Amino acid sequence: MNSKVIFINLFRWIVLLFVQIFLLRNIGFYNLSTPFLYILFILVLPFNTPNLILYSLAFLTGLTVDAFYDTLGVHTAGCVALAFVRILFISVSLNRESIDEPEPSLGNMGFKWFSLYIILCILIHHIVVFFLEAFKLTEFSYTIGRTLLSAVFTLFIILLTEFIFHNRKSN
Amino acid sequence: MGCKPKLSTCNLQLSTKMRNLWIFISRYNAFFFFIIFFTIGIFLCIKNNAYQRSITLNSTNSVVGSLYERLNVIKRYLYLGQANDSLALENAKLRSELLNIKNVDSSKIVNIKDTIYNQQYTLLSAKVIKNSITHRNNYITINKGSKDGISRDMAVISPQNGVVGFIMDVSANFSTIRSLLNKETHISVLIKKNNAFGSLVWGEGNFNLKKAYVKEIPNHYKINLKDTIITSGAGGFPKGIAVGRISNTQISTGDSFMTLEIDLFNDFSSLQYVYIIKDRLALEQKLLEAKLPNEQ
Repeated sequence: MNSKVIFINLFRWIVLLFVQIFLLRNIGFYNLSTPFLYILFILVLPFNTPNLILYSLAFLTGLTVDAFYDTLGVHTAGCVALAFVRILFISVSLNRESIDEPEPSLGNMGFKWFSLYIILCILIHHIVVFFLEAFKLTEFSYTIGRTLLSAVFTLFIILLTEFIFHNRKSN
Repeated sequence: MGCKPKLSTCNLQLSTKMRNLWIFISRYNAFFFFIIFFTIGIFLCIKNNAYQRSITLNSTNSVVGSLYERLNVIKRYLYLGQANDSLALENAKLRSELLNIKNVDSSKIVNIKDTIYNQQYTLLSAKVIKNSITHRNNYITINKGSKDGISRDMAVISPQNGVVGFIMDVSANFSTIRSLLNKETHISVLIKKNNAFGSLVWGEGNFNLKKAYVKEIPNHYKINLKDTIITSGAGGFPKGIAVGRISNTQISTGDSFMTLEIDLFNDFSSLQYVYIIKDRLALEQKLLEAKLPNEQ
């Protein structure tokens, strides 16, 4: 991994967390739908990131978000689960030797693969986050509703971000 | 998954069983890493939920707190008009009370008893630097801390009218408040008209910011819509702070207590300043009540 890749990802980390904490934290529809854009950082880490580093980065990202959200452990667990799903999905859907793209972005991988990939990852992350936050099953239907509505919101914002920043690169 | 086993430095002196185990672990390293990190996450979460919180990686942390404070400057500027209005309103109210006090004909009273010394409650104002309303459990961060004499479990009210919550964590310059919009917060209240005790909670089936529920009111009380709910004086709040008005009495619970839905006076979404209530006699009361046999 050369220094350029590290720099790009560090920059992306700072920008995404800044947007998440100071802008998106204040956005929500009737307490039901809140977007979590910051997981895009974990989603588009390079393919050749070693598993240990991937997990550590996910853990640190979650911990940082938790510190600002006052929900210690919730986003941390969500991000770690997200990293696990990412590894599973990539190993199942792609042949490791034939990957010649640096990172799994929309412009590199095409809309079909990328949308399936982020839908799965977002769902797992949101389920873990919202159920850990509620921490009981008595509000099951409400929590499921929040999870799905927030997942749609997050999906929309992530696709929007990807369309804005990545389409040009592939052409 | 799919990471090749690192056998380049394989020790030949290891028995084959040990080597097989190592191959197994390194082939499925993604899963084992997941177990380890996820367990840490869950552990942090449970530890955070427990009553005694020992880890301070939250917004009372000085780095996080000062960042929020700096960004809050912009937000405060935008809400300046609203804050002014509420302050002016409060000033007017206080002035009118002052007028009443001054106009009492006191010429006949000879002995003046200094009652200020005996005052049980004092208020300390603080600025809200972070407020959340979109979660299941919401917290507020303010810019006063242990330097200003704030300690855990002090009650917090808002300038307009109504309760805000309890102090949760305190650092030197900041503290966090567990707001009413939280599943852990229960506040003892009563109906002003007939002094029926109940417990104020938020978010049991309705997550509207303006609604809350009063539970455990015995069934035999007559309740009307628009009755005022005030604090009962137990648990940190002085008696008589207006909390809200009853908006729905038709909630069936199936036992001998009713649940009432109320409209809160307090608007959590535009909270700018709060008052922390210092109870001079809190410690004394706590020590006395600790002597009671444990009744729960």
